[in-house]
Amino acid sequence: MIPAPDRIFYAPASSVEIRHQGVAFIFMVAVFAIAPFVVYPLFPMKVMCFALFACAFNLLLGYGGLMSFGHAMFLGTAGYTSAHAAKVWGVPPEVALLLGTSAAALLGLVVGAIAIRRQGIYFAMITLAFAQMMYFFYLQTPFTYGEDGIQTVPRGHLFGLVDLSVPMAVYFVVLLIFIGGFLIIYRVIHSPFGQVLKTIRENEVRAISLGYDTNRYKLLAFVLSASLAGLAGATKMLVFGLASLTDVHLAMSAEVVLMTLLGGLGTIFGPVVGALIIVAMENYFAQFGPWVTVAQGSIFIGCVLAFRRGVVGEIAHRLKMSL
Amino acid sequence: MRKSDEFILEARHLTKAFKGFVAVNNVNLKVRRGTIHALIGPNGAGKTTCFNLLTHFVTPTHGQILYNGVEISNYSPSKIARLGLVRSFQISAVFPHMTVLENVRIGLQRRRGGSYDFWRSERTLRDLDSKACELIDAVGLGGYEHMGAAELPYGRKRALEIATTLALDPEMMLLDEPTAGMPHADVSRISALIKKVAANRTVLMVEHNLSVVADLSDVITVMQRGEVLAEGDYATVSQDAHVIEAYLGSGND
Repeated sequence: MIPAPDRIFYAPASSVEIRHQGVAFIFMVAVFAIAPFVVYPLFPMKVMCFALFACAFNLLLGYGGLMSFGHAMFLGTAGYTSAHAAKVWGVPPEVALLLGTSAAALLGLVVGAIAIRRQGIYFAMITLAFAQMMYFFYLQTPFTYGEDGIQTVPRGHLFGLVDLSVPMAVYFVVLLIFIGGFLIIYRVIHSPFGQVLKTIRENEVRAISLGYDTNRYKLLAFVLSASLAGLAGATKMLVFGLASLTDVHLAMSAEVVLMTLLGGLGTIFGPVVGALIIVAMENYFAQFGPWVTVAQGSIFIGCVLAFRRGVVGEIAHRLKMSL
Repeated sequence: MRKSDEFILEARHLTKAFKGFVAVNNVNLKVRRGTIHALIGPNGAGKTTCFNLLTHFVTPTHGQILYNGVEISNYSPSKIARLGLVRSFQISAVFPHMTVLENVRIGLQRRRGGSYDFWRSERTLRDLDSKACELIDAVGLGGYEHMGAAELPYGRKRALEIATTLALDPEMMLLDEPTAGMPHADVSRISALIKKVAANRTVLMVEHNLSVVADLSDVITVMQRGEVLAEGDYATVSQDAHVIEAYLGSGND
């Protein structure tokens, strides 16, 4: 029994939480805003693309309890669609981004509608099967140029005004997209829908018994996650002017799981930190070749064994706050 | 006219056969509106399976279920809940990583609608707070609003569960062993709570604690090996020879 049960004052967590998260958010934005003046801009841009991708994945797994093992298909589909639209049809970058995101959303709707019918490992396996099918499709279909990928895609002028071939221009556009995507995810998590999503993660059967048609909520979460993963994929294509098989490969689906778990599953900032660590290792340790993968694997094992909450999850736990 | 029907829930020839094992066999059950109806019986009698069938968490092999005169046998579990027939579970079913307030609000939110609104702030849920606090007070959890549900002791988790169910204002509640595994002090509190909430609704409950059953129930149905053994008020049922045999039979051998 809890002593003296009557009218103990428990501070409402939410307002304190929002303050901590607000500080962390400003810090994150500041870091990315200063980064291009300190390091080679391509690196933080890559980090932001993967951070958005991981945040989208985290929305599904961390807040909905749905483990997708094929999220690369959304990243890659958006990449190929936007690359084809920008290069072959010559559409402006904002339209290319929109088309890429929509393509990922549509694919998310189809895959999600089938996958949510099963739970746990079967759900994961269905997403994996679809991802493999999409990989094969992109490998075979002529418009993707197979192993070469769609290369030298022009960045163009955003809304006909901003010349994205200027490095700083593209950098701050990517920063805006990342911040926008991040805030959308934050809002989804902290919305009436987000509350229902949490109940499904915690106890789906109980959510059903309260009258929630949980499959519909899961499908909406899946489509939202796929769309934002698509936005990340299209943005990444815009940065590198390239859409290739790497983005639809199984390894990419695994990498986003790694980033999310390493940073902290079910935390707001965890996936960003996870993406930063993984991309930094790939960028700065590239000369060690395959040893990077070995190092990533070791870090992953260490993370799972020693600090399962991930970097941000562990910090938040120590400081007793929600980040 | 529907509402004035005598029976709110009716099961006809309800049968569930698992591979080579009939868990529920040709059960006919009528629950009178506004009563507390208890379902009792030894372990494995098929009481929980009955609950699962009535709320369609398990599909019956055959049989019909009528709720307010409408056949609901083919409705999804969530649709049945939305009709006002809400169940609880044998083990407590709170949302552990959400606060007490959030747990209750999720019930209120379902009734209000707008739960697909992913673009709205959760601040819009604050209009539900006062109603939620009322319900929290009603089940004796006042002061715990911002505590995580996982931190509550077991008896209070069950109270929270009832508050969440009450938030849906269900016409009929199905309670699966509401006092199971509880210390004595909690049993009397939950039992009083059930009496209170049953004032303007119908309750069907599975319960092992016979003093709770005797105290609360208007009608008792006794089940054994998937079949209905006896039905009536406590005095009738406790005098029934079959029931005495089912409960005490092994002791007399």
